[in-house]
Amino acid sequence: MAMVQPRSIRARRLAAHLALLGFVSLIVFPLLLVISISFREGNFASGSLIPERFSLEHWALAFGIPWERADGSVVQPPFPVLLWLWNSVKVALVSSLLILALATTSAYAFARMRFRGKAPILKGMLIFQMFPAVLSLVALYALFDRLGQLVPWLGINTHGALIVASLGAVALHIWTIKGYFESIDGSLEEAAMVDGASTWQAFRYILLPLSVPILMVVFILAFVMSIMEYPMASVLLVDEHKLTLAVGAQQYLADHNQRWGNFAAAAVLSGLPITVAFLVCQRWIIGGLTAGGVKG
Amino acid sequence: MYTTNASRGLPRHRSRHLRERYARWAARALVAALVVGLMWLVVAFHLNGQWMFALLFLVLGTALAVVFTRRSLMSHRYIFPAVAGLGVFVIFPLIYTFGISFSNYSSSNLLSEERVRAQLLSRTYQEEGAAFGFSLHREGELVRLYLEAEGGPTGEGAKRFMSPPLNLANREERRIGVQPADRAPAAEPLAMGEVIAARGALQGLRLVTPEGLELRMSGLRHFAPMLDRYEARDDGSLFDHRDDRVLTPDQQIGFFVTDDGETITPGWPVAVGLDNYTRIFADPDIRGPFLQIFVWTFAFAGLTVLFTLAVGFVLAALLQWDQLRGKAIYRTLLILPYAVPAFISILIFKGMFNQHFGEVNMILDGLFGIRPEWFTAPWLARTMLLVVNTWLGYPYMLLLCMGLIQSIPRDLFEASAVDGGGPLTNLFRITLPLIIRPLTPLLIAAFAFNFNNFVLIALLTGGNPDILGASTPAGTTDLLVSYTYRIAFQDAGQNFGLAAAIATLIFLLVAGLSLLNLRLSRVKV
Repeated sequence: MAMVQPRSIRARRLAAHLALLGFVSLIVFPLLLVISISFREGNFASGSLIPERFSLEHWALAFGIPWERADGSVVQPPFPVLLWLWNSVKVALVSSLLILALATTSAYAFARMRFRGKAPILKGMLIFQMFPAVLSLVALYALFDRLGQLVPWLGINTHGALIVASLGAVALHIWTIKGYFESIDGSLEEAAMVDGASTWQAFRYILLPLSVPILMVVFILAFVMSIMEYPMASVLLVDEHKLTLAVGAQQYLADHNQRWGNFAAAAVLSGLPITVAFLVCQRWIIGGLTAGGVKG
Repeated sequence: MYTTNASRGLPRHRSRHLRERYARWAARALVAALVVGLMWLVVAFHLNGQWMFALLFLVLGTALAVVFTRRSLMSHRYIFPAVAGLGVFVIFPLIYTFGISFSNYSSSNLLSEERVRAQLLSRTYQEEGAAFGFSLHREGELVRLYLEAEGGPTGEGAKRFMSPPLNLANREERRIGVQPADRAPAAEPLAMGEVIAARGALQGLRLVTPEGLELRMSGLRHFAPMLDRYEARDDGSLFDHRDDRVLTPDQQIGFFVTDDGETITPGWPVAVGLDNYTRIFADPDIRGPFLQIFVWTFAFAGLTVLFTLAVGFVLAALLQWDQLRGKAIYRTLLILPYAVPAFISILIFKGMFNQHFGEVNMILDGLFGIRPEWFTAPWLARTMLLVVNTWLGYPYMLLLCMGLIQSIPRDLFEASAVDGGGPLTNLFRITLPLIIRPLTPLLIAAFAFNFNNFVLIALLTGGNPDILGASTPAGTTDLLVSYTYRIAFQDAGQNFGLAAAIATLIFLLVAGLSLLNLRLSRVKV
C-alpha cells in the first residue's frame, strides 16, 4: 500500500500486539477457567489454571453417570443436565422451524407483492419488536394459564406454550429474509409465471431453492436465540424435568451451595456446541444481528 | 423491482391435477378446522367470563376466516401467520397489560366474582359441642367405624352409630350411611398409628346419620357435623352462619365486606382507575424505591453503552490498522464473549465473583488482602454488573465499529499522515466523527436493550441487595423490568395491577426510543 509510514512503526506495532494480547487474555480468562475447573477435583475454586489433580468426575455427572470416588463413596448427578439440554434443543428446534416457515412466507410477500398496509405493517413490526418480552409476561402468563384449562398442551408448565410464545419474535427474521429476497433478481420467477406457474409455485420451486443459505442462517439464529431465551421459560416452566437449560443451569449456583465444578462441566457441555455454531456462522449471523440492532 | 400480485382477482379454475385438487381441499379443511377451534375457544372463554381472551380469539378467528376466503386478500395469506403471531404474543400483551394496570388484579384478587362466591359458599364450619369420638375396629379385611357422641349422656341414652365395613384403601370422597348401634364392636380399636395411616381415606368420608346429619372428620379423634358457613341471599349478599353477620359485595375494592368493615379474602378483580399510577408517584414506600431504580436503570443503560462503545471502538480502530498481523485470530478471540450463550457466561461471572469461593476475590486477596462483598454492598454490586455487562456487550460494538470503519475512505488517513497527524488525531478527528452518525440509531437500540436487560440482573444479582423500607420487593441493582417482574411473580402479593402500571410506563419510554430510532435510521420500506 502506498501509505506514508511514520518512523516509530515497529515500536507501535509491538505495543499494539502487547495491548491486544493483554486484553484478549483478560477476556478469555473466565472461559478458560471454566474449562479448567470442569476437569478439576472437588467443587472449590482453588488451584491453578492447569488442573493439578485431573478428574472426570464433573463430566461424568454432567452426562448423568453416577461417579465413584477414590474413597468408595458414590456421587449421584445433582441435576438432569442432559434432559434439560434435550428440552432446550426440542423447544428450539420446533420453534425455529415454525419461525422459519412464518418468516419466509411473509418475507416473500413483503419482498415481491404489493398490497394494502404493507409499509405500516413492516414499520409497526420493527417498533413492536423493541418491546421487551419480560413486560408481556404477566399477560402471557394469564393467557396460557387460562388456555391450559381448555387445551392442556398449551398450559403453564408445557413446552407447547413456550414454543407458541416464541412465534411473536419473527419481525427481525422477516427483515433479514426480505433483504435477501430483494437481492435476488425476479426474472426467473417471472419466467416461471409466464410459463404458467402459480405465485405459490414460483415461490416454492424457484425462489426457495435459491435462498437456502439465508434460510440456514435464520434457522441457526432463531435456534440460538431460543436456546438462550430465559424470561419466558422461567415463568412458564415449573417442574424440574420440564426446565430448559437456560432456566435450570442457575440452580448449580445456589447462594450457599455452589457446585462450581459440576456447573463448569455442564456449562462447557452445553455452551460449546452453541459457541462453535456461532463462530462458524458468524459472518451471516452478525450481518443479521447488526441489521436488526438487537442481540437476543 | 419485480412484483407479483399473487393471482389476485383471477378466477380460479378447478385444477386438472387430482393431487392439486386434494391439496387445495386439505388446505381449506385445515383453515376451517382452525376457525372452528378458535371459535370453540371464544365460546369457552366467554362462558368463563374472560371477555378479553374471548375477544382476542374472536378477532383472530374472524381474521383467519376472512383472509383465507376472500380472493382479493391473496397476498395477505402469506403474511397472516407471522402477523397473527405478532398480534397474539406482542400486541395483545401490550393491550392486556395496559388494561390490567387500571385494575387491582393480584394474587388476592384473581378469580372472577362468581368463582369467589362459589368458593365461599363451599366453606363449612363445625357446629360447636356436637362432636363424635370415633374408633376403628377391624372386621376381616375391612374396618368398621364406631361413633359415640361426646358431651351428651353416656350409657344407655348416648348417641352411638356404626358404619358398614369399609375398605380404607379407597381414598375417594364418598357418602356412607351409618346406623344406630348399642355398643362398640367386640374387636379391639386400632392404635393411633393406624388411624394416622388411614387419615387420607377417613377425610374422604361423609357419614350420614338416619336423621340426615352429615358428619366429617374434624380431627384425629373426632367426627363432627359440618355446616355450610355462608348462605347466598337474593340481594347478592352472603349470610355468615357462624358469626351471624352479613357480607355485602363491594364493587369498589373487589371484596366481600362485613358491616364492621372487615374484608374477606379472596376477592375478585375490579377496575380501580388510576390508583396504581397514583401509588407509584404518591405512596412514599413505592415512590422512593421506584425513583431510585428509575435513575439506576438510566445510569446502567447509559454507562453500558458508553463503556462497550469505548472498548469496542478502540479495539476496532486497532484492528483496522494495516500493519497489524493476525487480525483474524484477534477478531475471533475478541468476539468470543458474544458467541458464548449469555446465560452461561453470566453464571460463570456469578461464580467467579462469589465472596468466599470466587476466583476474583482469591486474586484480590492474594494481591491486596481484600475480599469485597460483591453481592451485598450496593455500589460494589453495581460496579460488578457494569464490568460483566461490558464484557458481554463490547463485541457487538466492536463488530459495528469494524463494519463502519471499513467504509471510511482510505485517502483521509493518507492525507492526515501527510499533514503529520498521529494515530490519536486520526481516531478522534477522522474515525469517530465519521462513524458516530450511522452508529446513533444502533446505539439507541443498544440503550433500549440494556434498559431492559432482564436476563443479566435476574441471573447475576437477582436485584439484590434489597432497598430497605420498600413495601414492594425492590433491590438496589434492580432495573425497571426486573422490578416489574418481581412485583408480578416473586412477591407473595403478586400485584399484577401495579406491575402492569410500571410496565405501561416502560412501554411508553421504549416506544419513544424506538420512534426516535426509526426516524434517525430512516428505514426504507
